[in-house]
Amino acid sequence: MEIVSRPHVNNFIEWSKDKPEVVVLTADLSNSCEVGRWRDTYPDRFFPMGMAEQNMMGMAAGMAKEGFTPFIHTFAVFIYRRPYDQLAMSIAYPNLKVRLMGFLPGIVTPGGVTHQAIEDVAIMRATPNMTIFDTGDATEVESVLDVAQAVDGPVYVRFLRGDMPRLFPKNEPMVFNRARVLSDGDDLTILTSSVVTEEALRAVSVLKTRGTSVNHLHVSTLKPFTDPTVLEAIKRSKNGVITMENHSIIGGLGSAVAELMAEHAIGKPLIRLGLKDMYAHGASKNYLMKEYGLDAISLVKGVEELLNKSLNINEADLENVRIEDANSSAKVEAL
Amino acid sequence: MNAEIEWTEQVKKVAANIRLRGFRYVMQNNGGYLSQICSSAEMLAYLYCRGMNLGPSTAPMIPEPFKGVPGEGRPYVSGADYNGPKGPTLDRFIFSPAHYALPLYVALIEVGRMAPEGLAEFNQDGSTVELISAEHSPGAEVTSGSLAQALSVAGGIALARRMKGDTGNVWVMMSDGEFQEGQTWEAVQALANYKLDNIKVIVDVNEQQCDGPMESVMAIGSLEDKLNAFGAYAVDVDGHDIEAFDRLAQTDTKGKPLFILARTNPTKGVEIMETKRPTLHYLRFSSADEKASFQKAYDAMAQEV
Repeated sequence: MEIVSRPHVNNFIEWSKDKPEVVVLTADLSNSCEVGRWRDTYPDRFFPMGMAEQNMMGMAAGMAKEGFTPFIHTFAVFIYRRPYDQLAMSIAYPNLKVRLMGFLPGIVTPGGVTHQAIEDVAIMRATPNMTIFDTGDATEVESVLDVAQAVDGPVYVRFLRGDMPRLFPKNEPMVFNRARVLSDGDDLTILTSSVVTEEALRAVSVLKTRGTSVNHLHVSTLKPFTDPTVLEAIKRSKNGVITMENHSIIGGLGSAVAELMAEHAIGKPLIRLGLKDMYAHGASKNYLMKEYGLDAISLVKGVEELLNKSLNINEADLENVRIEDANSSAKVEAL
Repeated sequence: MNAEIEWTEQVKKVAANIRLRGFRYVMQNNGGYLSQICSSAEMLAYLYCRGMNLGPSTAPMIPEPFKGVPGEGRPYVSGADYNGPKGPTLDRFIFSPAHYALPLYVALIEVGRMAPEGLAEFNQDGSTVELISAEHSPGAEVTSGSLAQALSVAGGIALARRMKGDTGNVWVMMSDGEFQEGQTWEAVQALANYKLDNIKVIVDVNEQQCDGPMESVMAIGSLEDKLNAFGAYAVDVDGHDIEAFDRLAQTDTKGKPLFILARTNPTKGVEIMETKRPTLHYLRFSSADEKASFQKAYDAMAQEV
């Protein structure tokens, strides 16, 4: 498994080269959001707004009205919590082309409750006009820019940073409103997003050796949620559906799937794995994924519950298929 | 030695020890929030040894592991317990810049409110001694890692305490970057409107923020002028002059909230930090040689203190 270090840094610079309409606004987290070199490359298009997110939303709205495409880069929490009213009324309501790049989605940071975006998808899904993408690897971090730029309205992207795996081939970019089918089967359907997909890949590879056929989909477009691939996968499943997400089980991927199933009268069991309506705390990503049940073994337990049988899979079996270990190395400290 | 000399000597000693222990930790940790230790050592030492009227800590000397967040039906241990019990005549401490958690924890150790072993828990999985303090972290009463929210909470506490007839003050520590957020000014407006002179704010005016010098990110102009225009009692002082803090703390502000604008040097006491300008927010060593130079500087400091 290839590990890519900070793919956004150069990719975004290259991508912006022939797009003079693209401007960047930050809120004192430029290097933390990997746009320090972008700033040095395009100083005339880079606007630090200081720690002042409410004003930043309004400034972005104004620039968008004048034909620019602002790419706001800050931590996800600082996009939808403090300045939500400004986001909703100045950007979303007028349907402006502002790209909200939210770093540190879910529980990937030791920064604790104030830095962990665990209900962002719920809030953004409830925001009219908003489109939501959730990246899962380096290929998606690179290709989400084109997908986002094609949307005529505001876009919120859950963005990964630092070292990350390339789970999907570079020549298979992210496609708008199209899930990736990672495993084909009809015993059950598993839908995952964000960093959870990597964990799920490990679990699914072991499940297959135990005679369970899994239809595993990685979902990167969370709104709209009208992908026929997803609907078909849910319909096919003999035993039901499991969702696992780097987010609260309320309002995110699991809720979107539940709504879809209800609207299509699909009466099958659904297990939603994610943060169970609770805040987290500051610790390493791997520790938190285990604590809150977002790791491979938690998915296996979910499958056992759904199939109502023991599969005799333990942590050691899953360790053997560890896809990468870069994230478990040195603990991230600086924000 | 008379009492006046005694307290200044004690505060200076604690400040020196905060720098020493903080520097030692940052070296062991291969980097960290050293400039915040340099700038805030005197104000934290002053607050805990002289400025604040606190009772003894009611929390365990070695912080307990993280047990859960509020509202889960489990007992939730407040980091405020390290600042002693609540009482009508006692002061309260509201710590706003949560990324100064390391200097705060070190200060708690130096004033005997936390065991030195507690620092080994810093940023460890399952610990309450979090990288960015939350309200279960030692010394923290408010979850303030989303900056510029704590002053408003402190304002509410001050208002409530006045209604209850409490005579104790509410002390708040802030960083100057927080004055970029609009909420800070909404809070100052309210403190002035309600004439909350039982609130005393000390601000680390180090002119630095995560992206670099504030002047290069978003200049805020004169805090003293702006705060006074908002109806506060704000005075610029040398941020390492503990006697200046004390003179202001004793001043009758006549109904206005006090803002001690401690103009600090973010490399104070650790001259080698000058080589890291303009990037002071978080110390990262760029080479083994550089780390060795810092180690040498630490060793020299250890000899001196």
